[in-house]
Amino acid sequence: MVTRVGILETHIDMATLSETKEIDAQPEIMSKVKPAPWHDEPLVLNKRSFHWVTEKICGIVEGKTPIWWWWCFIIALFVASFTGMGLLYLVSTGVGVWGNNNPVNWGWAIVNFVFWIGIGHAGTLISAVLCLLKQKWRTSINRASEAMTVFAVLCAGIFPLFHVGRVWYAWWLFPLPNANAIWPQFRSPLEWDVFAVSTYATVSILFWYMGMIPDLAVLRDRATQTWRKVVYGIFSMGWRNANNHWRNFEMAYLLLAGLSTPLVLSVHTIVSFDFAVANLPGWHTTIFPPYFVAGAIFSGFGMVLTLLLPLRAVFGLHDLITQNHINNMCKITLATGSMVGYAYSMEFFIAWYGANSYEGFAFVNRAFGNYWWAYWIMVSCNVICPQLFWFRAIRENIPLVWIISIFVNIGMWFERFVIANTTLSRDFLPSSWGYYSPTIVDIFTFTGTFGFFSVLFLLFLRFLPLMPMAEVKSVMPQADPHGGKVH
Amino acid sequence: MDIKYGLSATFNSAKDLYDAAGKIRSEGYTNWECYTPIPVHGLDAQMGVGRSKVPLFTLAGGITGFFTGMLIVWYMNSFDYPLIVGGKPYFSPIYPFPVFYELTILFAAFGTLFGMFFLNGLPRHNHPVFEHPNFGRTGDDRYLVVIEVEDPKFDDEETKSFLKELGGKSLTMIREPVMN
Repeated sequence: MVTRVGILETHIDMATLSETKEIDAQPEIMSKVKPAPWHDEPLVLNKRSFHWVTEKICGIVEGKTPIWWWWCFIIALFVASFTGMGLLYLVSTGVGVWGNNNPVNWGWAIVNFVFWIGIGHAGTLISAVLCLLKQKWRTSINRASEAMTVFAVLCAGIFPLFHVGRVWYAWWLFPLPNANAIWPQFRSPLEWDVFAVSTYATVSILFWYMGMIPDLAVLRDRATQTWRKVVYGIFSMGWRNANNHWRNFEMAYLLLAGLSTPLVLSVHTIVSFDFAVANLPGWHTTIFPPYFVAGAIFSGFGMVLTLLLPLRAVFGLHDLITQNHINNMCKITLATGSMVGYAYSMEFFIAWYGANSYEGFAFVNRAFGNYWWAYWIMVSCNVICPQLFWFRAIRENIPLVWIISIFVNIGMWFERFVIANTTLSRDFLPSSWGYYSPTIVDIFTFTGTFGFFSVLFLLFLRFLPLMPMAEVKSVMPQADPHGGKVH
Repeated sequence: MDIKYGLSATFNSAKDLYDAAGKIRSEGYTNWECYTPIPVHGLDAQMGVGRSKVPLFTLAGGITGFFTGMLIVWYMNSFDYPLIVGGKPYFSPIYPFPVFYELTILFAAFGTLFGMFFLNGLPRHNHPVFEHPNFGRTGDDRYLVVIEVEDPKFDDEETKSFLKELGGKSLTMIREPVMN
C-alpha cells in the first residue's frame, strides 16, 4: 500500500512541480518477479535531431521540383481528363451513356462512390481514432493519410452528383428553398447521405487544415521567395508557436479527434443505410453498418500502404516511416480484413439461419450466380490476401506488401460491385431480372478519378508538408521535458 | 523609432525550457510566453496557465448544430410543407437522427476550429515577436522565452541577469518598429 502511494506522489510531483524528487517508484514485487525488460521501438530511427526532421520535410516542399514529379503529374492529368471527358459526354448526351438501367439502376456510380468514400476512412482512423488511443506511431503517417481522405471524398462526390441525372439540379439535395416550394424528404437514407458525406468532407478538411497550421508557419518562416511568404503566411494565420497557442491547439486537436471518431463511424454506417434500409434480399441486413465500416477501414489502409510505400522510397523517409510503422499498418489491414471475412461468412450463415428463401437465394446467387467471378475476386483479394500479413517475412517484404495493398483495393471495389449488382440484377421476380455491364463511358469516368486523385495528391506533396513536423518531433526523445527520465 | 517589446532568451532543449519556466513563474513574472517547436508536455502547469477554453466553443457549436438539425427537419417536413410518408407522423425525433447527428458534429467542429482561432487571437500577421532575428528557429528546434517589458517585475538589468542565470542563451531585446 505504501509503495502505491509512493508511485502516485511521484506522478503528481513530476507533473506539477518544477523540482522533481527522487523517489524510488519501483514496487517491491518487481524485484522478486524480475519482469522482462520492455523494449520500445524508437519511432524515429537513427537518433535524428529536430533540425533533421524540419530539413527533411521542408526540403521536399522547398527543393527543386523533381523530374519524376512532372512525369507523374502529366500522366495523372491525362488520366484525370478521362473523367472530365466522360462527364462532359454524359451531360451533353444524356444519362443513357452509362450502363445502368432497369433493373440495375445503381451500377458503377454507386459502386465507385462507396469505394472512394471507404478509402477515405483510413485517414480519419489514423488521425482521429489512433490519436484518441494514443498510438504515437500515427504521427508520421497521419498528414498524408488525411490528404488521402480529403481527395478520396472529392472523388467520391463526383458520382452521386452526376448520378442524379440532371446535375444542374443537384443542389436540390440540400435543404435550400427552390421554385417548387418543396423540401428534401428527411426519411430517405439518400438524404442522410447528403448530410453525412458533406459533413465528412468539411470536417476532414478542417481537421487536416488545422493540423497543418504550425507546419505552414514553419514554411512561412523559412521561406525565401515572397510568394511563399505571402501564401504560407496567409494560411498559417500568423501562428507563432507560443505555448498559449499550443495549449488551445492541442485541446482543439483532441476535440476534433473526438468529433471525427463518431463521424467516421457514422459516415459508412449511413452509406450502408442506402442499402440496408431498402427491402431487397441481400441488402436488408443489420450487419451492414459494422461490416461497411470495417471494410472501409480495410480498404483505406490498403490505399495508405499503396501511397506511402512509394513515398517512403522516393523521398527517403525510412527513418520516419519505419518497418514498425509498416508492420502496424499491415496488422490493421489483417485485422479489418479478417472482420470483413467474418462478415461475409456471417451473412451466409444468417441467410441460411433466417430461412427466408429470397435471402437464401440472394446469397447463393452471389457466390454461384451471374456474377460469381466478381464474388470470387472479392473473396480472394479481401479474405485470403491479407491473411499473408500474419507472417513477419511478408510484412518485411516491402514490394510484396505493396502488391497485396493493391489487391486489397481491387477486392474492396469488387465487394461494392457484388453487393450492389448481384441483388439488383436478381430480385423477387424472374421476369424483371437483368444483367448489368458498364459502358466505355463508365470505365473512362471511373479510371479518370484515379488521375484526379493523383493530381491532387501530387500537388499536396509539392506544396504542403507531407508529415506533421511538430507531431513527429513530439514523439522523439528530445521532446521529453524531463530529459528522458521515466515519469 | 521603435519601442521595446520584451527580452528573449533561447534554450536548446525542452528540459532546459521546462525548468526555466518553473523558475520564471516562481520569480513572480506574469507577462511572459514560451515559444516552442512542439507542444511541451506539462509546460502549462509549469507556467501556471489553466485548461484551454476551446471545449466551451465546441459545446456551443454542438448544441447549435443539434437544434439546427431538429429545426430544419421539423420546419421542412412537418410545418412548411407537411409530407405524408407511409402514414407516419410528420415529425419525430427518431427518423432525422442522422441529420442532426451530422449537424451536431459539423457545427461542433466549426466551433472548435474558430474557438481555437478566437482564443489564440488569430489571424494576426503582425506580432512583435516576429521581429526576433531568429524567430524562425522556434518552429525548428529552439525554445524561446520572452519576458515582456509590460511585466510589472520587468527590469532591464535584473531580468537580463535572471535569464542568464537560468541558462538562457543569446539574450535579445525584441523591438517593435513603429511607423511615424
